[in-house]
Amino acid sequence: MLQFLFKRFLQAVVVMLIISLLSFSIKDKLGDPLREMTGMSVSVEEREKLREQMGLNDPFLVQYGRFLKGAVQGDLGTSYFHKLPAMTVILKKLPATLELTFAASLIIIFLSIPLGVFAAIKPKHWFSKVIMAVSVIGISVPVFLTALALIYIFSVKLGWMPSFGRGEVVHVFGYWKTNFLTTDGIMHIIMPAIALSSIMLPLFIRLVRAEMLEELSSEYVKFARAKGLSPMKVYFKHALKNTMLPVITVGGVQIGIMVAYTILTESVFQWPGMGFMFLEAVNRSDIPLIVAYIMFVGFLFVVVNTIVDLLYGFINPTVNLFGKSK
Amino acid sequence: MLASYKLQHSFLFELHSTAMPLLTINNLTIEFPTRHETETAVDDVSLALNAGEILGLVGESGAGKSTIGNGIVQLLSKPGRVKTGEITLNGELISNLSDKAIQEIRGSRIGFIFQDPMTSLNPLFTIENQLVETITNCLGFSEKQAKTRAIELLDKVGIPEPEIRIKQYPHQFSGGMRQRVVIAIALSGEPELLIADEPTTALDVSVQDKILLLIKNLCTDLNVGCILVTHDMGVIANTTDRVAVLYQGKLVEVGTTKQVLSAPQHDYTKSLISAVPLASKRLDRFPLVEYIETVEKDLNQIDVSTHWLGQTQKYESVDKSMDNNKNDLLIIKDLNLSFITQNAFFKKNRRRIQATKNVNLTIKQGECFGLVGESGSGKSTIARMVAGLQQPDSGSIIYDGIELINNSNKKAVAEAHLELQMIFQNPYSSLNSQMKVADIIAEPILYHKLANKSEVTNIVGDLLDHVGLGRKSGIKYPHQFSGGQRQRISIARALASRPRLLICDEPTSALDVSVQAQVLNLLKDLQEELGLTLLFISHDLPVIRQMCDRVAIMKQGEILETADSEDFFEQPQHPYSQELLDLIPRFDHFVAR
Repeated sequence: MLQFLFKRFLQAVVVMLIISLLSFSIKDKLGDPLREMTGMSVSVEEREKLREQMGLNDPFLVQYGRFLKGAVQGDLGTSYFHKLPAMTVILKKLPATLELTFAASLIIIFLSIPLGVFAAIKPKHWFSKVIMAVSVIGISVPVFLTALALIYIFSVKLGWMPSFGRGEVVHVFGYWKTNFLTTDGIMHIIMPAIALSSIMLPLFIRLVRAEMLEELSSEYVKFARAKGLSPMKVYFKHALKNTMLPVITVGGVQIGIMVAYTILTESVFQWPGMGFMFLEAVNRSDIPLIVAYIMFVGFLFVVVNTIVDLLYGFINPTVNLFGKSK
Repeated sequence: MLASYKLQHSFLFELHSTAMPLLTINNLTIEFPTRHETETAVDDVSLALNAGEILGLVGESGAGKSTIGNGIVQLLSKPGRVKTGEITLNGELISNLSDKAIQEIRGSRIGFIFQDPMTSLNPLFTIENQLVETITNCLGFSEKQAKTRAIELLDKVGIPEPEIRIKQYPHQFSGGMRQRVVIAIALSGEPELLIADEPTTALDVSVQDKILLLIKNLCTDLNVGCILVTHDMGVIANTTDRVAVLYQGKLVEVGTTKQVLSAPQHDYTKSLISAVPLASKRLDRFPLVEYIETVEKDLNQIDVSTHWLGQTQKYESVDKSMDNNKNDLLIIKDLNLSFITQNAFFKKNRRRIQATKNVNLTIKQGECFGLVGESGSGKSTIARMVAGLQQPDSGSIIYDGIELINNSNKKAVAEAHLELQMIFQNPYSSLNSQMKVADIIAEPILYHKLANKSEVTNIVGDLLDHVGLGRKSGIKYPHQFSGGQRQRISIARALASRPRLLICDEPTSALDVSVQAQVLNLLKDLQEELGLTLLFISHDLPVIRQMCDRVAIMKQGEILETADSEDFFEQPQHPYSQELLDLIPRFDHFVAR
């Protein structure tokens, strides 16, 4: 276990170094931060002085070295716009994004597994055909279009749902305020979560269906039936657990991608999360914040994948993560 | 003929008069309707089985023997269905039961054992979980009672330390042990009938022997009836009380095992029995199953001395040297290879398995050299290293004077590899399904520029004629051929680069007896005509005896004995060789040839 985590840690360090180099190297291409910060009234001399003070005239490697030194100590720079450490800004926005991703994941898990399993068990049923047809549409329609359609139908026309913001939130601790404790908060999260899950859900339904179909034709399923087990037990105990192995692997990567997709969803719904913050940072050429965001999302990917690999090891006894002899 | 019919009839009559048979199958017909035609897999079959009796169902692939077993418990794969017929278990009609009712019979009254123990257990659940769920389901025990029973069952099927082993997962058991677990699960519902579908086909001879003995003893002890589905005549002879022979879905013969094997009535049975290679004596050619002989006869044969196939200088030099002294074509010296079985961060913690241990071999020009051993003994690994598919850790392989391992002269090695061709075990996966047969065979010729493009079509046609498929087959795709035909395509492809040494890795173990005979005869003919040298790998000792001039016995990566094939079968030197020979399921004692 320790050995596995140690190996993972080394891998993570390498991954983070590569991400930091990439994100840092594009910083000069994002526009001039001073123009955004100072406005028109500041003279060229003063700007030049400020530039020198901020170290923007130093060679790339010197700047990168300074950045790395700070990053090791947990300091990813100070946001030009917010005048706060970039990490603090991100951590303030993080709960909103995580809650949105969590809600979307719940929708995906609780819909994709039953629908996918149904489509696999009864492939010729009319409902299975509907599931498959709708899932093709779901994959092809972009997230922002789904989001706009939801707002148009449920907020503008029917007036059932709030169309923007987080609504009423309850403070838990630190920067964490939650949507899940008030009715208003839950009403506000439903549509963004549906929009965010709309592109992953069809993918997962199809994945669950394909894996389940394969497991159903396997020999041990036939043997389980020959043992006299009921069809429900054969499907949901024997076949489903094996189906979940590849689904978990893919799922780990997809959760990371979903965090990235929040940029679109959050900006359509004015959701005050990391994605929305990132878009604003790009508009303001708030380079430290952009770099910090990219680093942070990369870090999330590494953490989620490590957790998924651990989970996989617990479910699948043939995988020996911990190097212990059997 | 008439007398024996009476005998058979009186036997059946006796069954009916003494006691009610455990299982009766009357006029069972099972069909598989497809869009184009309806295929009848089982055609009007009637059988009866008594408690405590083992009935063998024998036949070649596609004969419908497994279909009967699956049909009894309504586990036919789609779109199969029982068209007509009645099946009774202890006098009770079970062929028209609903899904729910037949589900209660499965496991509790009819136990099933499948062919491959590697795939019939769920890899994600412990043995305990899989046994207990069956016991609670079939017998209504509590979890605790079921666990005690599960341990008893594991003990009964011969698994040591059942209290510890029960907590383990299937991958922690060997193939033979897993099949024991499968048997324990099949028995856990205390069934009256056991259906064993090729229970030992995936296992080594030494394990097969133990598993068959176990099934036999359990049937006697528990008074359970057993249907044993197999294609292996040796298994039938050693295990079953009665045997039913199936051919193309029809029952051609049924009777006591002794009677059917020693005095077969039907022509198909006769030719099937005579086609089984015998370990006890060597014949020049493999007897064919004449009843279904289908090889096309009038294909134009090529004269090797003038044809492209024979036009390499080396063949001429071979012919001259053939008579007076046989040269050593392939010399293997101190070949070592180990695989990492458990990787670890630190080198000293890595575990390795020695796949080959100081292997020394010499194969002479023009001979057929047999390599025998159980699975995991390293025989295929040697073949892969000779063919250049795997690099050894140390040692040398010298082919016709050229060192193949770590030789800086890459060109010489590549030329040598051209003369070393391989035929793989599974003809279903070794041909590219997206390519036409003619393209598959032409590929090596074109790649190595062995002939002009204009000549290639003709050469490929000649090769196809020569292996008995006919040049017209070239435009088809591999899936349009049967297993035996595909193996002929593999042989033609191997011949296309004009090899001198053909490595055959279990070339017929995926094939039926009748097809095996055809393919092996073809290899023998080719060996004679082209002066080929064969490295023949097999676990099937009777086949080795028929094919090989010399043999080497392998166990756990080591060569225990190398001998002339006749000497080996008559007077094996090593105790392990003797053990292997004793374990061959024989039915010679029934047959007077």
